[in-house]
Amino acid sequence: MAPAAPPTSALSLRNVVALSGRFPLLAGVDLEVAVGETVLVEGPNGAGKTSLLRVAAGLVPIASGHLSVLGLDPERYRTTVRRRVGLLAHASHLYDDLTVRENIRFAVRAAGADTARIDGACDRLGLVGRLLRTPAAKLSAGQRRRVALAVLVARAPELWLLDEPHAGLDAGARRLLNELIAEANAAGATVVVASHEPELVAELASRSITVTGGRVTAERTFGPTGAEAPGAAGLGTVATDAPAPDAPAPDAPAPDAVALRAAPVPPPDGGIAHVA
Amino acid sequence: MWRDTVLVAGKDLRIEARSRVALSQVVPFGIVALALFAFALGPDRAPMAKAAPGLFWVAVLFTTVLAVQRSVSVESGDGARDGLRLSGLDPAGQFLGKLLSVGAQLVALEVVLTAGVVLLYGARIEAWWMIVASCLLGTLGLAAAGVLYGALSAGLRVKETILPFLLLPVVTPVLLAGTRIWQAALAGGTPSYGSPWFHLLIAFDAVYLALGVVVYGPIQESA
Repeated sequence: MAPAAPPTSALSLRNVVALSGRFPLLAGVDLEVAVGETVLVEGPNGAGKTSLLRVAAGLVPIASGHLSVLGLDPERYRTTVRRRVGLLAHASHLYDDLTVRENIRFAVRAAGADTARIDGACDRLGLVGRLLRTPAAKLSAGQRRRVALAVLVARAPELWLLDEPHAGLDAGARRLLNELIAEANAAGATVVVASHEPELVAELASRSITVTGGRVTAERTFGPTGAEAPGAAGLGTVATDAPAPDAPAPDAPAPDAVALRAAPVPPPDGGIAHVA
Repeated sequence: MWRDTVLVAGKDLRIEARSRVALSQVVPFGIVALALFAFALGPDRAPMAKAAPGLFWVAVLFTTVLAVQRSVSVESGDGARDGLRLSGLDPAGQFLGKLLSVGAQLVALEVVLTAGVVLLYGARIEAWWMIVASCLLGTLGLAAAGVLYGALSAGLRVKETILPFLLLPVVTPVLLAGTRIWQAALAGGTPSYGSPWFHLLIAFDAVYLALGVVVYGPIQESA
C-alpha cells in the first residue's frame, strides 16, 4: 500500500547511478526537490540532463542508490507514479494517424485524468478549429510541441518534468509556456526544467542545478526576481556526495558558502555516455 | 485493466481504420499468398482442395507476422512507446488491448482467406462450426503470441527480421491444430477427430494469454 502521508519531497535522488548497458547515464546524483518547487537543470550536451528526467519519470531504472518520486518508489508503484508525473520530452509521443484531439483524449484518458479539462487546455494552447481535427502527421514541430503541452496541461500532473520545453516554440508560445509553468507551480505542482536557455526559465525557478558528467556539480539559488541570489554568485559548486540543501523560501536570504562548498568537478566526458 | 484494454484496442483499431495498412497491405498479401500456392500446385483442383487447410493456415501465419509488425511499428514513431509506458496504463490492459486489435484484424483476414480457399481451391466446407471455432481459437493464440513476441522484439534494431524468426516456430501448434480441424471440417466434420486438436488450441491460448498478462509489463520495461 502507498504511504498515506503527503510527501514533502517531490523528487529525491541519493547517490543514484543509472546505466545504459555498461555506460553510466547518471554517476551518483544527489538531488532533493521539494513539493511545489521549480528547479532548473543546466548542463552541456550529453551531461545527463535528459537521463535525469527520464530516471525521475521512471523510464530508466536505477542501478544503485535511492530514488523516490512523490514519496513513492517508482519501481514498486510504477503505475501510480506515472499517472502523477508528466514528462515533456524531445519526442511528442503522438500517433501520426490520430487527430490532435484524439491524441490528447487518448493520453488524458490513459493517465486516468479528467477529460473535462481537455477543451480548456486546447483553447489555452491555441489548438482550436480545424487544427483539432488535423492528423498529427501533418503538424509542424512547434505544433506537435503544443499538443504535447496541451496533454500535460489537461493531465495536470503533480510533477512536471520538462526537457528543453522551449525548443521549437515561437516567442508567443514560449511566453505562454512560462505562464503555464508558473500557473502549475502556483497550483502546487513541482516543476523540473532541463534547458539550454536558462535565461528563459530563471525567472520561474527558485533554484538551478548544473549536471556535468552524470553528476550534480553546481547549484545556484535565485532570488524572487529571478536574479541569482546574493551570496551564491561565483560559488557555483556543491559537493556531490553531500546532501543537497533544502530549497529556500523565495524571499529567504540565499544560502551562504556553508551550503555551497567547492568540490572537484569531474571531466565533462569522463566515461559518461552521451544522451540526446 | 478492462478500461485500459478497451482504450488501447480502440486506439489501435482507430489507427488501422485511418491508415488502412491492414486493408491495403496485410489482406492483399494473404490473398497473394493463397494465389501463389494455387499456381505452385497447378491447375488440377483436387490436390489444391486437399492442401487447402494447410495452405490457409500458412497464409494466416504469414499475415499474422505482418499484422504484429504493424502493431509494433505504431508504437515506434515519435517516442509513442515511451508515451504508452509513461501513461500509467496497466501493462496487462495494454497486452489485452493489442491482442484485441490484432485479433480483430486477423478475424477479418480469415474471413477473406476462407472465401479465397473456397473460390480458388474449390474446397467444400462440410462443418462450418469447426471452421469458425478453429479460426477464433487459433486467432486468439496467434494474436497473444504475436503481441508478446512483438513486444520482445520492439526494442531491437533488427525487430523486422527477428520477429518471424521468433514467432513462426512458436506458433507451430496453431498451424498443426488448425490444419487438422480444417481437414476434419472439409471431410464432413467428425467432432471426435477434431476434439484433441481443439484441446491443443485451447491449451495454447491459455498459456499465451496467461504469459502475456504476466510478462508483458516487464518485457515492455526492458525492451
